Amino acid sequence: MILGRVCGTVVSTVQHPFYRGRKQLIVRACTPDGAFDGDRYVVAVDLVGAGVGETVIVEDEGNSARQLLDAKDGPVRSVVVGIVDEVTDSSPSAGAEKP
Amino acid sequence: MKLGRVIGSMVASIKPEGMRGLKLLIVRPLTAELAVEGDPFIATDASAQAGDGDLVTYEASREAALLHEPWFVPIDHAIVGIVDQHAYDDGGRGRER
Repeated sequence: MILGRVCGTVVSTVQHPFYRGRKQLIVRACTPDGAFDGDRYVVAVDLVGAGVGETVIVEDEGNSARQLLDAKDGPVRSVVVGIVDEVTDSSPSAGAEKP
Repeated sequence: MKLGRVIGSMVASIKPEGMRGLKLLIVRPLTAELAVEGDPFIATDASAQAGDGDLVTYEASREAALLHEPWFVPIDHAIVGIVDQHAYDDGGRGRER
């Protein structure tokens, strides 16, 4: 799973039938301190009703995504599975100034 | 899924049996902010209607193979849908780096 922040939405009319009626969010990967992790992002199916600006957990693996959506052969890989309330990073480097 | 821009199409008359009838498009990968990122690749079109210039979402690897009917065709990238609306707001943080 990856930590990310919802930065936008994608709306498609013409798309694979599996994605009909499923909200798609643009989620950029974040480090525990909340900074973006480079340009890493995914367009993920929303399962929890997350909105723009929220920190979320994204499952970024096909088999788990299919299990979560109860779709054995679903062509899906990324699913937003949780909204993060708080992140505590107690590793020694946490809070240290970045080079 | 990721975002990409269709920049061309191609036709191949000799290809694996499983790829028969699939439309091949050239897609340039984009970042969340729609900036160009990386090299173009060839993808099949599971939305069936994508064309030159369209902003699309695509899937790679196993998920791409699952997008087509019959399923599990031998491909590694496929277009999922054509994007009508792309809303993006990172609160200005994207430019901090």
